[in-house]
Parts: sequence; C-alpha cells; structure tokens
Amino acid sequence: SDSVASPFRELQQLDQEKKVIHKIRPISPVHQPLSETSIRNEVREMKSAAETEDSVTPVRAESKEDRQWKEMKLQLNDLPGILARLSKIKLTALVVSTASAGFAMAPIPFDLTCFLIASLGTGLASCAANSINQFFEVPFDSNMNRTKNRPLVRGQISPLLAVCFAASCGVPGIALLTLGVNPLTGALGAFNIFLYTCCYTPMKRMSIANTWVGAVVGAIPPVMGWTAATGSLDAGALLLGGILYSWQFPHFNALSWGLREDYSRGGYCMMSVTHPGLCRRVALRHCLALIGLSAVAPLLDITTWTFPIISLPINLYISYLGFRFYRDADRSSSRKLFFCSLWHLPLLLLVMFTCKKSFLEKEDKGDLLGESHRRAMEIRLP
Amino acid sequence: GTGQAKRSSKRGSMLWALRLRACACSQGCTKKATLKKTYILGLGFSPPAHSHNDWIGPPDKHSNLRPVIFYVSPEESPLERRLREARQEAQACDQRFWARHNRAFRQEKEEFIYSRLKAKGLKMRDETGQKATLNAEEMADFYKDFLSKNFRKHMQYNRDWYKRNFTITYLMGQVALARALRWLRWKKKNVGS
Repeated sequence: SDSVASPFRELQQLDQEKKVIHKIRPISPVHQPLSETSIRNEVREMKSAAETEDSVTPVRAESKEDRQWKEMKLQLNDLPGILARLSKIKLTALVVSTASAGFAMAPIPFDLTCFLIASLGTGLASCAANSINQFFEVPFDSNMNRTKNRPLVRGQISPLLAVCFAASCGVPGIALLTLGVNPLTGALGAFNIFLYTCCYTPMKRMSIANTWVGAVVGAIPPVMGWTAATGSLDAGALLLGGILYSWQFPHFNALSWGLREDYSRGGYCMMSVTHPGLCRRVALRHCLALIGLSAVAPLLDITTWTFPIISLPINLYISYLGFRFYRDADRSSSRKLFFCSLWHLPLLLLVMFTCKKSFLEKEDKGDLLGESHRRAMEIRLP
Repeated sequence: GTGQAKRSSKRGSMLWALRLRACACSQGCTKKATLKKTYILGLGFSPPAHSHNDWIGPPDKHSNLRPVIFYVSPEESPLERRLREARQEAQACDQRFWARHNRAFRQEKEEFIYSRLKAKGLKMRDETGQKATLNAEEMADFYKDFLSKNFRKHMQYNRDWYKRNFTITYLMGQVALARALRWLRWKKKNVGS
C-alpha cells in the first residue's frame, strides 16, 4: 500500500536506473596495495562519482537546498506540508475513495452524515497508520531513492512528534468510526492500523508474505465503507474487498519489478527479487481473478448483469498486460502493467457504481416473493 | 586536507563528548572512539555559536544517512544527557552499518558485472569508450544473491534499530514531559511572586 506514490516519480526513478549504472567507477577485482596517494585518489574518485550521481537525480528546487546543513527547529508554516507528507496524504485520499466506493455500493439509501463521518474516520486512521510506518522505517527510507525525501529522513520533524501526530489522528479516527458509525467499522479500522504498522511493515524485511498481508490492508477500506453503511459484513463487502485484494497484486508486483536494486540493497524481501517467476505468476493470476470476481457481483445482487459485460474489456486488457509481463518479464511490460492498474481500478469502481442494482428493484422483488409465500401458506391452512 | 577539517570541527569535537562505553548495537563497535573522531573530521561544518538547536546535514555519501550535530546545553540535565548520548550512539551504529553495507554492495556489484562480462567475452568498455553494462534482468541474479547473503545481518540490524528507535523516542517523551513540568513550576513561581 505504500507503493502508491506519484506515478511520475516512479517513471523518473525507473529511467534513472540505466544512467546510474553508467556512472559507477570501475573497481578492479585485483586488490592493489593501498598507498597514501591511491587512497586520496580513491576518495577524489568517489567524491566525483557521487557528484555525477547527484547530477543524474531529478533536478528539483530542493536538491541544492538538500546539500546544506539545516537547523533542526520545527518551522510552523512548514508544518502542514510536513504532516501531509508524513501521513502520505495522496495515498490516504486513495484509501478514503475506496472506502467511499464501498459505502456507495452498499444496498441502502444514501446517508450523507454517516458517509462523511465514515470517510473522515477512515482518513484519520490512514494518516495514523502511514505516520507510524514512516516512524519505523527511517534508515531504510534514507537508502531508497523513492523514499529518501520523507520528513523523518530529512529531520524536519522529530520521531516523538510523528508518534504524537499518529496518536492524535488514530485515536479520534477510530473513536469517530466506533461511536459515530458503528463498532464493527471501528474494529476494522483499528485492526487495519495494527495489520499495516505491526505486521506488514516489519514483515517487509522478513518474508515475501508481506505482499499478501499488504493486499489485505488494501482490501479492508472498501469493506469498512460497506459496514459503515449496512452495519454488517455481508457477502457484498467481502466481494468488494476481494476485488481490491486481487487488484493489489498486478499493481504492486509490476511496480516492484523496477525497484529490485533498491530492495536488494535495502534488505527488503520482495517477490520480484527472491522469486521473480512467482511474482509474475501471481500478478497474472489475480488479473484473471478480477474477471471472475466481476462475474460474481450480479450473483450477489450487488450489480446487474451489465457489470461483468461492460467490465470485461477493461479486465481483459489488464489481464493481457499481466500476461505480457508474465511472458516478457522486462521493465517495459512491468511499467505498462503498473500504469494500467492506476486507471483500471477507478474505472472498474465507476462502472460498478453505474451498474449498481437499484434499491427499489430489490424491494419489488422482495414483495413478489412475499406475496407468493403468503399464497402458499393460504393454500396449506385448512 | 585533514588540517583544515580539524580547525573547522573544533566546535564539533566539543559537542561530541566522547564516552568509551560499549555500543548497544550488536555490530561489534569496538573502535567506537576512533570511528567518531574520523567521522567528525569529515563533517566540515560547525553550527553558528548562537544556535541552541541540533543541526542536520546532507546525506552521507556512503551511508545515505543524514548526520546530526547535537547541541549540548550548559544546563543539560542527566536525563537530557542520556537522550543525547543515546542518539549519538544510534547515529554511529547506523552510520557504520550502512556505510559498510553500501560499500559492500557497490563492490560486489562491480565484481559481478566484471565476471559476467568476462564470461560473455566482453570488455568493461566497448570501442566507443562507453562502459558496458548488464541490463536489469541480468543483474537479477546478483540482487537475489546479495539479498539472501545479507538476510541474517539485516535481521540483526532490524532488531537493534527497532529497540534503539523506541528507546530514543521514549527518552524524548520523558525529556519533553520534564521540560513541560519545569516550565509549569517556573510559571507558578513567577505568578506567585
């Protein structure tokens, strides 16, 4: 879930890989006796190598400032920006929108207050989880290109403040969900925070199973949206969760394909590094699963039969890209799959919403059934 | 040269009250004192005299970690000193681990490229003088191998890092609380008089 960063940064980072390789100075495997001059030369070489590496990184306004020493004093006017980056506000927005999708798909009349409270609670819970994740990962984030500009890495905020911020988001967020919506949603929110911070984050460095745990973390928000609306864990909630769960694999596995060097050096256990075949197989498998899950939706009375029909081309396209990634196993196919996943999900959820089975339609059906039952009972009674 | 560095980091060496105590990390930091001294000499920066805060610098070229120069208050309480020393120790441990680790990565990567190119019958540089490279797919074997070779080392480091992180944050909390109580007492005293 913390893989969802700006796609453009991903592109730049993926492009840099080649350039960085070119700039590395050759180190002869035959060890030469180290003299004073050779040490000085090596230092000079490493300095210039590092400089050229620096010049290859994206030239942003920050990069020059980056090389200066900064006083570690909290700047209050920088604080909103710092907290936004600490809480991964863009990812939080995505999480809240998947929760809203879950709420919207629930078969109940739309309750605006409940919707807003559920969205706010989910957003706060996500902010808390993301902040704790960054609190746990400072030295690892420093060593990866994608994450080296995070607030704790740059010393813009102290770890104590990060934890206090997480608590001041998490506690009201879960309280809001438990008291303002229902205890089930609150429990799911609290469980998801725990799963993300205490299971997924440490597991990233221990076992490739972290990807499956992370997929569950991504699947829970739409389930929360559904339970916020209906108050119960119906099959519909699980189906929506299942769709988000399956989507995580093509999305993350494709992204991780281009980050193998950073993962290897940083000590992250990811399928793309340790089990590349499995990585591609799982991505393809779950692309195909999306087709199956879309077909189940009308069976559970969540959508009409138009949904699997309209969504078929979308799901077939991502499956095709998944197959290309499986077969070719190169950077271009992984990038195509990743970028497809970025528009595939919102489009699929939108189509799902437009094909949602009308509440009134279901009521009529229910009445018909009730009538036939009554008639049947009348016949039986003597 | 080293002479210049010594002058500019005079304040730096004052701020690093070296205490020869065994480092809490399990990396075997026996050369703690020497390590810190060479590290200070390399920083090449000293914060302005009037500043009462810590200063954080650009990422280190080897470890990618940002060095911090800690401010030593003349009225530093024992608790505050414990916090500062914990942060200094943690910084030294992290710096040592990542500098060594990243250097090993770069070196092993070069050796791998060299051996693969040799096996293919190619030289390190082609006719145009461009450095020959291996694409990401060919490097995949190296990445997998390097990760599994260093797995135990990472597990050890993870445990140490989590412990240090919690300890330091907890100490920060205690210091913040102590400071807040001190301020409240001072306020009460002033309001009283």
